[in-house]
Amino acid sequence: MARRAALLQALPSPAAESDGGQDRLRAVRRGAVPFGYLSPTVVLLMILMVIPIVMVIGYSLMDNVIMKKNPQLVGFKHYIDILTSDTFWSAASNTAFFTVVSVVAHLVIGLLFALMLNSPLLGGRTKAVFRTIYVLPWLFTVAIIAVLWRLLLDPNGVVNYLLTTTGLTGTQIEWLSSPETALFAVTFINIWSGYPFYMTSLLAGLQGIPGDYYEAAEVDGANAWQQFARITVPQLKPIIISMALLDFIWTTQQFALIWMTTGGGPLGTTEMLSTFTYKLAFTKYQFGTASAAAVIVLTISMVLAFFYVRAQRARD
Amino acid sequence: MRKKYLAGIAAATAALLATTGCSGAAAPSASAGGDVTLEFAQWWEPELPSGSLRALMDQFEQENQGIKVKLISGPYASTKEQVVAGAAAGTMSDVVGLDGAWISDFVKQGSLANLSDLMKAANYDDSQLAAQVKLNGSTWMIPVANFVYPMFVNEDLLKKAGVSEVPKTRTEFTAAAKAVSALGGNVAGWAMPLDTATPNGIQNDVMSWVWASGGSMLKDGKPYLTGNQDVKDVLDFTKALYDAGAITKGSFTMKEQDKVNEFTNGRVGMVIDSLAHVNTLREQNSKLNFTVSAIPVKDGYTGKGGIPYASWGIGVAANSTHQAEAFKLVSFLMSKDVNAKLCSAAKAFPGNNTAVPDFVSSDPVFKKAFEIYQASNVTNEFVGLPVAEDLMRSFDEEFQKFLAGKQSADDALAAAQKQWDAAFAG
Repeated sequence: MARRAALLQALPSPAAESDGGQDRLRAVRRGAVPFGYLSPTVVLLMILMVIPIVMVIGYSLMDNVIMKKNPQLVGFKHYIDILTSDTFWSAASNTAFFTVVSVVAHLVIGLLFALMLNSPLLGGRTKAVFRTIYVLPWLFTVAIIAVLWRLLLDPNGVVNYLLTTTGLTGTQIEWLSSPETALFAVTFINIWSGYPFYMTSLLAGLQGIPGDYYEAAEVDGANAWQQFARITVPQLKPIIISMALLDFIWTTQQFALIWMTTGGGPLGTTEMLSTFTYKLAFTKYQFGTASAAAVIVLTISMVLAFFYVRAQRARD
Repeated sequence: MRKKYLAGIAAATAALLATTGCSGAAAPSASAGGDVTLEFAQWWEPELPSGSLRALMDQFEQENQGIKVKLISGPYASTKEQVVAGAAAGTMSDVVGLDGAWISDFVKQGSLANLSDLMKAANYDDSQLAAQVKLNGSTWMIPVANFVYPMFVNEDLLKKAGVSEVPKTRTEFTAAAKAVSALGGNVAGWAMPLDTATPNGIQNDVMSWVWASGGSMLKDGKPYLTGNQDVKDVLDFTKALYDAGAITKGSFTMKEQDKVNEFTNGRVGMVIDSLAHVNTLREQNSKLNFTVSAIPVKDGYTGKGGIPYASWGIGVAANSTHQAEAFKLVSFLMSKDVNAKLCSAAKAFPGNNTAVPDFVSSDPVFKKAFEIYQASNVTNEFVGLPVAEDLMRSFDEEFQKFLAGKQSADDALAAAQKQWDAAFAG
């Protein structure tokens, strides 16, 4: 009897069971609230990012998907084809040159202009005028930039006119059509169109550096270069790193500018990974191989994005 | 409580997003009233006078009660991408504007409906069609409007250079081009756009010379470049002009539009160009004194010349659930009066062989072009070839290497042949 009473005591009473169930339900509901808030973002990310990426990765392992009704799995064949293709490595090398030179030049020019616009030597109106002029390239769309520079760099364009009339060159230079100059020309156009991004961000960064630092440095006898190297650069470092990484990611994926100025030519000297991938997809209709090329570009971007996120965390 | 309520709304939104975002193919195009709405994707509307294509569609809707037409218009390149993507996703528009260069790939993809079957089902008399693009014995595309590419000549420049007659042979052309280039002032005899992003310069400005003299780049439907004397002669002929500085600078990245601009601005003596540009030339430079003529032939050639063309073709999507209605729209556009009206607006030659566009009799340049058109074999060997644009591009790349002196004509042709063979092998 005593044993039975003990057993009954150990078992939850119906009322207690009901309370426990409600508690659990409440806990589940409470736990579900954050997921409820997150769900629109998660679903959007799934639809716009995860599903397309997974599909492209899947395509890259298939035998010419899209053009075939029943594509077969071919494993890493497309990756091997691409990685053993001379055109791919030539495009990768052009992309590396285009990206590194663009990012470095963006940074240097952006920093110089930002320093100038932040300088106390210039009056407010002068600064406003220069700020407007310097930011102009950023206001144009890629299509406008491409058309503008195609006209300027045309053998019969303004640039050649100025060079020949001032006697700097004897003949017209085919800036975008000559294999010797085309890569430099498209890189120059990209530099021109991209430096204002750095300039405006760095200017905001410069304006956020407290003047006390420079005053203290002056009291300590630091010259202008020392102030720049010891105060300005370290203060701007987090911004510079973030922007350089973002610029790396964007520039490696630059397509429209190249396509509209040189189309990857002449003689493949401006072929980039982006144009290489586009041609595979939309002129050769090799969507499997194009997907593999896209996955390779994605991997490179992911590596850069990893460093970007790490830099952001360190900054926070 | 409020937090939970908001979270519930967020979750419901997410569910809605998921269902709409993943809903896949477009809903069948039949409205509640029982009307059928046909989607018609093409690049023609932006190239036609404003409202002219819509007016024809309104006429069609009036004549075919219960069928509505929704025009989906975009640039040429995006229409092509749209067709490729739409075919893969099963969302291709019911009726699509097509270029002959796409056909082989779209047929292979299974994205086009067999027009022979649709014509048979509709008891359509195809004898009125000027041309049909066939593959495997069936029709997949019907050319609605044809744009021929004669040679445009700046008469003032030629006169200034002491050239009294429009060149008829390659030798005469070379002499004229050199004479015009010798005028100086950044003027050149000829313009040859070879941009690889849109490599149709190979079709219009290079291979056209081969076709003009009765040559071919194919043998039994297969690539024939290695050992093809006709093609090699054209390569040598263009290289001689290139080396002599008789071609406008910047060829390697020059686009068709750049060529038109150069001619419009009176900086080039002769170009091979689409007749569709006549009005643009007149609008942009009313003082430009130009005429058109047949493309010069190789010395001693007396046969019938070929003249390149490009078409606005039309086809029906394999995934269309209203193929019969879609074919009604096709046959409407191919009917005598409508086709003449469309081609008059487009300044093109008609796809219906009984239609006569009004500009042919009213304009001397078009009249002359129509005479050339009738006296020539309208030729475009790239139509119906697999990955036609890529064939042009690979030839273009090898041709550029040849012009740059990096390889011989024979090597260029052998390299292009290798790539073309691989493309044909698929």
